[in-house]
Amino acid sequence: MLRIPCPWCGLRDLTEFRFGGEAGVLRPLQPDQSSDEQWADYLYYRNNLNGPQLERWVHAYGCRQWFALRRDTHSHAWSDAVPASEKYP
Amino acid sequence: MSQKFRLDSGGLINRQQSLNFSFNGQKLQGYVGDSLAAALLANGIHHVARSFKYHRPRGIYSAGEEEPNALLEIGQGSWRVPNSRATLVPLQEGLVARSQLGWPSLGFDLARCFDFSHRLWPAGFYNKTFKWPNWHLWEGMVRNLAGLGRAPEEADPDHYEKTNAFCDLLICGGGPAGLTAALVAGRSGLRVILADQDEQFGGSLLWDTAMLDEKPALHWVASVLAQLEAMPNVMLLPRTTVTASYDHQIATLLQRGHNNAWRECLWTVRCRSTLLATGAIEQSLVFPLNDRPGILLAGAVRHYANRYAVAVGQRVVIATNNDSAYQTAIDLFNHGVNVIAVIDQRKDVPAAMLQNMQDIAVRVCPNAQILSSRGGKRLRGLALQQGQKKFKLNCDALAVSGGWAARLHLLCHARGSLRFDTQRQAFLPERLAEGFFVTGSAAGDSTLVEVLARAETVSNGLCSELGKKALQVYQPKVSPSNLESPAVAVNTLQFSRQRQWLDLAHDATLGDAELAEREGYTAVEHFKRFTTIGMSVDQGKTGNINAFLALSAITGKAISEIGTTTFRPPYTPVTLGALAAGHTGEGYAPRRTLAAENTHKSLQACFEDYGGWQRPDYYPSDREDAHQAINREVLAVRTSVGVYDNSPLGKIEIHGLDAAEFLHRIYMNRVHGLAVGQCRYGLMLNEGGVIIDDGIVTRLAAEHFLINTTSGGASRILGRLEEWSQTEWPELQVLIDDVSAQWSNFTLAGPRSRELLQQLDSDIDFSAAALAHMQATHGMIEGLEARVNRISFSGELSFELNIPSSYANGFLQRLLESGAAMGITPYGIEALMTLRLEKGFMHVGSDTDGETIPDDVGWGKAAMNKAADYIGKRSLTRPASLESNRRQLVGLLAVHQDQVLRSGGHFLPGSSQRTPAETQGWITSAAFSPNLGRHIALGMLRDGRKRLGQIMQVYDAGNHYPVKIVPPCFLDPENQRLES
Repeated sequence: MLRIPCPWCGLRDLTEFRFGGEAGVLRPLQPDQSSDEQWADYLYYRNNLNGPQLERWVHAYGCRQWFALRRDTHSHAWSDAVPASEKYP
Repeated sequence: MSQKFRLDSGGLINRQQSLNFSFNGQKLQGYVGDSLAAALLANGIHHVARSFKYHRPRGIYSAGEEEPNALLEIGQGSWRVPNSRATLVPLQEGLVARSQLGWPSLGFDLARCFDFSHRLWPAGFYNKTFKWPNWHLWEGMVRNLAGLGRAPEEADPDHYEKTNAFCDLLICGGGPAGLTAALVAGRSGLRVILADQDEQFGGSLLWDTAMLDEKPALHWVASVLAQLEAMPNVMLLPRTTVTASYDHQIATLLQRGHNNAWRECLWTVRCRSTLLATGAIEQSLVFPLNDRPGILLAGAVRHYANRYAVAVGQRVVIATNNDSAYQTAIDLFNHGVNVIAVIDQRKDVPAAMLQNMQDIAVRVCPNAQILSSRGGKRLRGLALQQGQKKFKLNCDALAVSGGWAARLHLLCHARGSLRFDTQRQAFLPERLAEGFFVTGSAAGDSTLVEVLARAETVSNGLCSELGKKALQVYQPKVSPSNLESPAVAVNTLQFSRQRQWLDLAHDATLGDAELAEREGYTAVEHFKRFTTIGMSVDQGKTGNINAFLALSAITGKAISEIGTTTFRPPYTPVTLGALAAGHTGEGYAPRRTLAAENTHKSLQACFEDYGGWQRPDYYPSDREDAHQAINREVLAVRTSVGVYDNSPLGKIEIHGLDAAEFLHRIYMNRVHGLAVGQCRYGLMLNEGGVIIDDGIVTRLAAEHFLINTTSGGASRILGRLEEWSQTEWPELQVLIDDVSAQWSNFTLAGPRSRELLQQLDSDIDFSAAALAHMQATHGMIEGLEARVNRISFSGELSFELNIPSSYANGFLQRLLESGAAMGITPYGIEALMTLRLEKGFMHVGSDTDGETIPDDVGWGKAAMNKAADYIGKRSLTRPASLESNRRQLVGLLAVHQDQVLRSGGHFLPGSSQRTPAETQGWITSAAFSPNLGRHIALGMLRDGRKRLGQIMQVYDAGNHYPVKIVPPCFLDPENQRLES
């Protein structure tokens, strides 16, 4: 099973985490001014990369903090684990 | 005692301890140390199976986990294990073994007719047949005929265990290479786990006649083991197969018990690096009719002779395309077994081999191939061709060697890659996965000298990579063994009208491979699936190289171009019981019990599982059935007072300067205007506008809120709140705290509930003036800190009392004592559901589903009237949300007074009862209402609000009945009771 690097707790088993989807999905600042297409884009459309992908993770059974992680969806190699409060790399 | 084929001396068996066992009812004997296959062969039994498709007689083929034929059923009753490899089953007293295919018997199998008609059943025939008139007509017969082994019918009576371990180095394989590496790594101080699937360590040395330091090799093995056992940093795991390697260096190992309380133990091992010393599997030879009982792998023949003192026959022929099989001839000769000839495909047989055979007077036939074999249930002879000359040989056993395939499955699990070595005609490691090392014959070594030398080199390198200094270990002197070149000649395929098997286990032949090419299935993954070569229980371990050779010859592509199919875990089958160890029965999921459980039990509560929580459904008194109890409880709440334990209710506190703003964005309902001491019902939506939760929001202070979530949803909702707070609105200053377990919650509901509360010892003013409907207060009740909400899910005057959980039992008892005179009635979930249904209060998850938006359940106006943005608001103006004809919440009354309404019944269009028809929605909740004396229900009906007053037909599992659509409230629509 994979090990995920929590920025606070270090490398922990995958079962302690919950996956939060792609990072960098921006919620429209004025949703009532988004078109249906823009709103659908925010809700449903993702890049779904084969390769390094920036993702959101939360250490659900540990410190319960959210962070971003670059993970290779093919090889599971990871890098750049940063807390959610910091700017995404 | 018959063991006619047991050699007079030798073997690692205990001749003083004989064992009785049976095969197909025949009583037989063997010795301690035998495998089941060895004992069968000792008794002269080769024919133990029928092939998968053609039901041809088949015999024991190998001596290991690669066995394709001898898959037997071991044991009886609930201990019965199908598809057991006889080569790996250790012989035990009283062992009962049966063959699996063959009806009415193994010896006379009617299904052999498929062999006689084999031209009708090539690869993939089932994709083109059994379609007319209807597959289901054929299905029963096909399912009975197909398949291998009888699935157990009873629960597994054995006990299994699971455990975790960590190490620096996991060594897979305890043969000469693995033992050497363990010694080097162990001495350097690394934490080592050494695992071998056999009953004892030694690997190939268990059946090799090599001499180390002029003594039998097992002496060296014993001395190494003694050293390893003395090292506290080395763990030895015999009888343990490394079944898989997964991402980030985690491996699973299946350990078989030996006089343990458990049958198998599944290890999960996290290691820093892995060393494969897994050896190699001998490959078969492809020639016409190459599947008869009596044909075995040459290495296996040596294995049976040297380790088990068993002769596979009295007149043995050896066929090979490489040097290694010559050792079989030498070993058999030394045991006094008659070796008729060695048939070598190669034109130029090395001089050393020729000399060896001359020394023991065994005939060698270079440049020779087998044209066919004969014999029914046992090999009787071969037809051969050498150059232009054709000749025949009589024999009762044939030892074949088609080369050796390195066992690199674990490397491939870990995404390492392989390259095809043309000299060895085998796949060897190309790119190692990170942290992986390979040594021994798994890396291509063919002589013991090479194996020992490389093992030391590789483990030295490994030690330094892991940061430890490797100390030198003593290397034993290998007595000159036969010069063995690793070179393997290409297994040339010949044309023949007779079938030539590529996969014995799935009965797939060269003809099937040719058919695959004709039909266009030449990509290796297609080829595998079309022919099913390599897909059986043995996963093609003895035949995969030949399959690739066939595909290469047929398509004209080089093997390196063809590639391999994906290797997937597990390497050998893992019992489901081992995977589930510790998670069956009570171990399946934790039970969550109410703090006041003891009191509920004393009230004879009938418990049910709600998302892990064990909660009372109803409290039947002595002569009541469920319905009577529930009706009584409902009526008690409506006429007097009842008490309900709602402790699993989610309770989350929000503190902070921005607490109100935060909740205002989370909930559909307005939060900013909520006064201190006020409660408000709130709906939580997801960004798609779908209702995911509902609950009460209470303002305890300007910057302090308490929200309730659905029971069992508290941690899910907490997670959502934290997600939005941390990732979307980090600028909002809020603290979020789950206090669900800290407070136990009891609802007192009914016209006399206030009266009861005023009897208790409390400083709280419960009067209607001081505590109106939807208001909150706090204080002391019976000496306990209490938070009180006047809210109602039952539709009666109702108070929710929250007190610290540790006092739950005592508090509930106090309530019951105080209310005894007014007949206080504990009520359970069934009664609660009926009460709320009478009021038409929806239950999220029952009446709503993954598509329900606020307007569907009557909250449309509130959703649109809030100007500020909240989660999900934008989705409420999407085209799908604005469509007419959406399903809407309605109430239902059956037209016939006595009709039972059930959730799940579908509304049919129009007044017709005809099905199939497009569903107009369905009944979502239903119950018998004792207050109305009939069944009532809620449902989601397309355009429901426009259909009030109409009659619709409901279809319910084959029955039809009419219902009337009514507003979703059956009792006290003016809410006089709950506002009293």
